[in-house]
Amino acid sequence: MTYLDHAATTPMLPAVAAAMAEQFAAVGNASSLHASGRSARRVVEESREAIAAALGARPSELIFTSGGTESDNLAVKGIFWSRRASDSRRRLIVSPTEHHAVLDAVEWLHKHEGAQVSWLPTDASGRVSVEALRACIEEDPDDVALISIMWANNEVGTVNDVAALAEVSAAFGIPVHTDAVQAVGVLPVDVSASGVNALTMTGHKLGGPYGAGVLMLGTDISATPLSHGGGQERDVRSGTLDTPAVRGLAVGVTAAVAERAERATRIAALRDRLVDGVRTQIPEAVLNGAPVDSVVAGGPGRLPGNAHLSFPGCEGDALLMLLDARGIECSTGSACSAGVSQPSHVLLAMGADIERARGSLRFSLGHTSTEADVDHLLEVIPGVVERAQRAGLTGARR
Amino acid sequence: MNVIAAMSGGVDSAVAAALMVDAGHQVTGIHLALASTPDASRTGSRGCCTVEDANDARRVADALAIPFYIWDMAEQFRAEVVDDFVAQYAAGRTPNPCVRCNEQIKFAAVLDRALALGFDAVVTGHHARLEGGTLRRSVDVAKDQSYVLATLTQRQLGLAVFPLGVMTKDEVRREAARRGLLVANKPDSHDICFIADGNTRGFLGRHLGNPTGDIVDDATGTVVGTHDGAHGYTVGQRRGLNLGVPAADGKPRYVLSLSVADNTVRVGPGEALEIGSIRTGQPVWHTGIVPGEPFDCTVQLRAHGLTSRATVTPYEASALIVLDQPQRGIAAGQTAVLYGGSGAETVLGAARIEAADRVLPKVSPGQILG
Repeated sequence: MTYLDHAATTPMLPAVAAAMAEQFAAVGNASSLHASGRSARRVVEESREAIAAALGARPSELIFTSGGTESDNLAVKGIFWSRRASDSRRRLIVSPTEHHAVLDAVEWLHKHEGAQVSWLPTDASGRVSVEALRACIEEDPDDVALISIMWANNEVGTVNDVAALAEVSAAFGIPVHTDAVQAVGVLPVDVSASGVNALTMTGHKLGGPYGAGVLMLGTDISATPLSHGGGQERDVRSGTLDTPAVRGLAVGVTAAVAERAERATRIAALRDRLVDGVRTQIPEAVLNGAPVDSVVAGGPGRLPGNAHLSFPGCEGDALLMLLDARGIECSTGSACSAGVSQPSHVLLAMGADIERARGSLRFSLGHTSTEADVDHLLEVIPGVVERAQRAGLTGARR
Repeated sequence: MNVIAAMSGGVDSAVAAALMVDAGHQVTGIHLALASTPDASRTGSRGCCTVEDANDARRVADALAIPFYIWDMAEQFRAEVVDDFVAQYAAGRTPNPCVRCNEQIKFAAVLDRALALGFDAVVTGHHARLEGGTLRRSVDVAKDQSYVLATLTQRQLGLAVFPLGVMTKDEVRREAARRGLLVANKPDSHDICFIADGNTRGFLGRHLGNPTGDIVDDATGTVVGTHDGAHGYTVGQRRGLNLGVPAADGKPRYVLSLSVADNTVRVGPGEALEIGSIRTGQPVWHTGIVPGEPFDCTVQLRAHGLTSRATVTPYEASALIVLDQPQRGIAAGQTAVLYGGSGAETVLGAARIEAADRVLPKVSPGQILG
């Protein structure tokens, strides 16, 4: 089996599984006052410190959550509600290429909570410019509650210059949230140096556990809780801490960050060979997003493991099915609840037409990827594309 | 063979797929997403497009250890089935959307896509026997679905597999239970899958409006009532007419015809519903050739309808069907399916009903068709 869907989820590191298995055997609610509770609390706090150290944050800034979606919702809704309550700000400035966890939270606030939404323009690779952000803020700086711009796009892999964007917003005193789910462990993420006020990350994209994530929330930023209860995490997030998951997350983040530079170089080389190989065999294939050698703020302008390609005349779901039958697993973009694929909102925001959006596949490499994975894909892709083109023409004829 | 199994989430298609796996075929399960909007497949509507049905189909595929995908055919379904359904009613006809879906979606759009992707055939859980291109009724006559498959061409049938034709519905359910499939006791689907609440009249009203018109006595031309949209009536309907003027003979009156041009519903006595002959559109002949001579056979004029003996005169692009015994409630837009052979269970041909003529003195075909 050739797994080329690491951006969806990546295999758990053995060290993570081992640490979690050990912790599953230990009793103790981290909020309890007795010895078992103190023991669990120690695991949680040591994990918090390890993650903070790996990502350039202070431990007090970490809020453990159930993952990326909760962190995004807590940041977007929580900060919006808080800023609306304190000084009547109602405007959200958002990149249109955000993950649905941000996008749908923003649209929900617009529909039900009176939020006004300013969608930022992007370039053809999906990147937001400093100038565009500044112009958008200047339309009415005093009304902006929050800016949310992802660190790196989950579909096409385009990296934003988050530090430069945060600098612009800081000049206006507006908090910035960034969804860094795809970036942590792949790009050099330093929360403090980036200047962002809130940052979303999750475990299962970097070899950690499912259902465990963090919202880094500056201690000077207040957020209204989504759920109310024991207030375990700074009174912003309630719920008994999942000690095994927290410990697994810390092990995963620590390992991913420690091995980041070496791994990023290695998977970027594999990705480049994948893209070159596909385009040599299928000249009409289009690489969506930033070029593979794109540079942002001195680092990669595209996620090292991301190859997002459109195959003219094909339907993405036909390609996916044909590849799956040949043991190659990839994605058409973002999965929908009913399994019905819709043209990607990211590609549409980048100005792609519906045909290009429908005919796209995302191959994403990760820590277990090998040369053999790329070889396998390059071996079968010409035949698969030819078949899918035939099927695509069948659809077009009707 | 390398086949696509269309899996609705019901018990029939589940067992059909299972039997193909048993027979050693390479089976890929697909579920058709047919609801028009992505949201509709999320909200729980009845029929064949709900998330629950897709999940049921997926769980069956898991149990059979076959790959499973959702194919989004919503656009084609809307254009070919739903829009056609509305247009047919607007034209005063009574369509059968299941026939249309088989003709245009399952054994056209789905089949063509499957072939292009390298599959050899499409498997469904229809209750009908298909051997060597010959379509026959299911052994379970009460569940037989040959009627809704009969207008498929020989090419389409040649690329279809119906593994359930030799089983009764009870046997299918027992087979599902024996395999531990969670859909073994799932109720049969009814109604029209894209009309979630089962209210066809309301659905048509939303698409066609409810223009008020006259209910007219067919014999005298007198206006005897009003209606809010001719599409809300069915030929043969007696209840719900709310006629203000009683019939001269005191007998109940029935809907005889719907006239779209002047939005008029025509009513009359039951005897006037008796149909003696039918003209059809282009028939599909399952013998592969257009029969040269008039012939006698058994004809079925509605899904789940009664059959009657008839004489069929084939023409190049039509047929005339003269019924031995007149029948009531025959509507243009339905399908006439001709059965013959032993037990009258072999489909000889089928065609859409274009016009139904009341009982008249028997005339020669030439007079009617000009």
